[in-house]
Amino acid sequence: MTTKKMTGAQMIIQSLIDEGVEYIFGFPGGAVIPIYDVLYDAPIKHILTRHEQGAAHAADGYARVTGRVGVCLATSGPGATNLVTGLATAHMDSVPMVAITGQVAVSSIGNDSFQESDIYGISIPITKYNYLVKNPDDLQATIREAFHIARTGRPGPVLIDIPKDVQTAWIAPKPLKPVELPGYCTRRKVTSEQIDAILDALRHARRPVIYAGGGVVCSGASPQLREFIKKTRIPITTSLMGKGIYPENDALSLGMLGMHGTKYANHAVHESDLIISMGVRFDDRVAGNVQRFAPLAKIVHIDIDPAEIGKRLAVDIPVVGDLKSILTKLNRKVNIPARQDWLDQVAEIKMKYPLTFKEDGKLMPQFILRTLSEMTRGKAIITTDVGQHQMWAALYYQCIEPRRFVTSGGSGTMGYGFPAAIGATVGCPKLPVVAICGDGSFQMCIQELATVRMYRLPVKIFIFNNGYLGMVRQWQQMFYNRRYSYTTLEFNPDFCQVAKGYDIPAIRVTSSEEVVGAINQALKIDGPVLVDFHIEREENVMPMIPPGGGQTDFILEGEA
Amino acid sequence: MQKIISILVRNHPGVLSHVAGLFTRRAYNIESIAAGETENPEVTRITIVVSGDEFILDQVTKQLEKLIDVIQVQDLKYSESVTRELVLLTIFVSVKQRQKVIATANTFGAVVLDISEKTMTLEFVGNRRKIDTIIHALQEFRIKALARTGIVAVPLESQIEKERTLL
Repeated sequence: MTTKKMTGAQMIIQSLIDEGVEYIFGFPGGAVIPIYDVLYDAPIKHILTRHEQGAAHAADGYARVTGRVGVCLATSGPGATNLVTGLATAHMDSVPMVAITGQVAVSSIGNDSFQESDIYGISIPITKYNYLVKNPDDLQATIREAFHIARTGRPGPVLIDIPKDVQTAWIAPKPLKPVELPGYCTRRKVTSEQIDAILDALRHARRPVIYAGGGVVCSGASPQLREFIKKTRIPITTSLMGKGIYPENDALSLGMLGMHGTKYANHAVHESDLIISMGVRFDDRVAGNVQRFAPLAKIVHIDIDPAEIGKRLAVDIPVVGDLKSILTKLNRKVNIPARQDWLDQVAEIKMKYPLTFKEDGKLMPQFILRTLSEMTRGKAIITTDVGQHQMWAALYYQCIEPRRFVTSGGSGTMGYGFPAAIGATVGCPKLPVVAICGDGSFQMCIQELATVRMYRLPVKIFIFNNGYLGMVRQWQQMFYNRRYSYTTLEFNPDFCQVAKGYDIPAIRVTSSEEVVGAINQALKIDGPVLVDFHIEREENVMPMIPPGGGQTDFILEGEA
Repeated sequence: MQKIISILVRNHPGVLSHVAGLFTRRAYNIESIAAGETENPEVTRITIVVSGDEFILDQVTKQLEKLIDVIQVQDLKYSESVTRELVLLTIFVSVKQRQKVIATANTFGAVVLDISEKTMTLEFVGNRRKIDTIIHALQEFRIKALARTGIVAVPLESQIEKERTLL
């Protein structure tokens, strides 16, 4: 780093380079012109989205597939507030992100100036931490601290609001000091007693089940988890965020747990006498009724965030720490025989409650996803919007690697999948990226078609088009006496024509016979493609446990 | 159930928003909140009285500890800490009744700060029970203004020492 004086904007870009940032997703505006002026010839690549929300989701998608900090940039006022949904989405799913926003000049703050908004105040509850940098001399240390906070401990988004006059002020760079945050603890010591307590519980368990999620991804502990399962032969179910941490095509994988999880995962958990939960939070979509969750089981809960332990249900063995190091310690010591009778029982449960759908020649969404899963051998990056198609993708796309299933789990943000795919393909250009979208969700960020065309990003957009806001329609069918209040999209654009307008090739698929050909063609075309699947309109996501239900309270198809 | 939480935070303009925001976001109930600098000007102590069931109170502590600005969180038991609150009370008092108010004030160690034609302003310090008692004793007078600082508290070191020797 040079010691020559530089402007705040130069300092911002230099700091990003120092943090290893290669890509910024952003949208210019009045209060960030100095930053964009530096970006003009900086060695950082900037992806221009068509809406700040798209930039935030793209940075989030980039972070999820690479494990690195995603960066987005927006101007003050509406530019900053357009990031809000993206920040909230990243916050709920613990995604490391740094959002930089321009702000009106320090002297104008609080005067209801043009394009002023209190993004610092607005973003407090939806970020891990945030800053308003009023003193140019704080800029360098602040950016460094922001990246540190975003990527350590339980990761999360950090926002830095930078007034325009701070961007233009002259600053003397200082030698970088280590980040000092007296109350911020990222490393927690796990005692050998705690490890022994887990091992002891394992020795006594007859019917153990692992329930693992996004924490395993954040910790990079998938290899250690796989070794643990290889050694112990314990079946595993995951949360939505944990898809791919263990190969879903393996016999010990039970797929996803919860409201729209597999029946066999839910039944296995119900029968289990020991749940080893790792990096999960017993969310209400997993454990709808905590009183009836795994009633026979002792519960081990391992997480890096102490506040997650005991948040929704009481646990027997709480362990706070980093999963990679804990699993490494467990792997060193664990030595239990496989519970063959339990494995037989699990196999039986799997046989008894298979994952099925009607295969009567109609264009079924499950069929498309199963076919895509087979054709890509579970190795593509899948991003999703939110709704029925998301749950079908979770059930029928079998992931075999972590960081390949990119979805808004906690926040449930419609419109997330397509812009997230932009970030994903930028982060992992060698992998096929398929955005699974609903016809409703896709229209929430449809403007990013221009972005994928402009950069010729090879995002394959698969629209699951049923002319409904399908998940809400399903709830209305089941719980509101089929009163489809405003969930019918009586007008939809012709998505193929829309794609054509953006100079993007498009394929319309209306029958199951066309599926394989269309997927092949889409994957083969260099650059973006849109495939408009006209799926069976009133197909429901099954299995389903009603909200607040126990793990075995399934609604039967046709019952509602 | 109630508990007193004493937290040390980094002293900067946004810190109160972060702490207060946590209570709003997670729907915790604040009974009182008081903040002020400590011996170190870079550190502020915030004393919060929070109500809820045992489960919520446990979560409050953990969530506070998660805030980046929070350096330390201490749960204070009423039995092992000294708590004080300061109250300023202005009541409507006729000239005739002044002596009665002064007598009540003396009984409780309250200080008369101001006397106007129609009002008197008193200051008193104490724990919550004492303050409630004084306000009760003066209830025949109509209140013009009442301002309370909220509780501040520190652990009773002697009490903790005693318990330690018993163990």
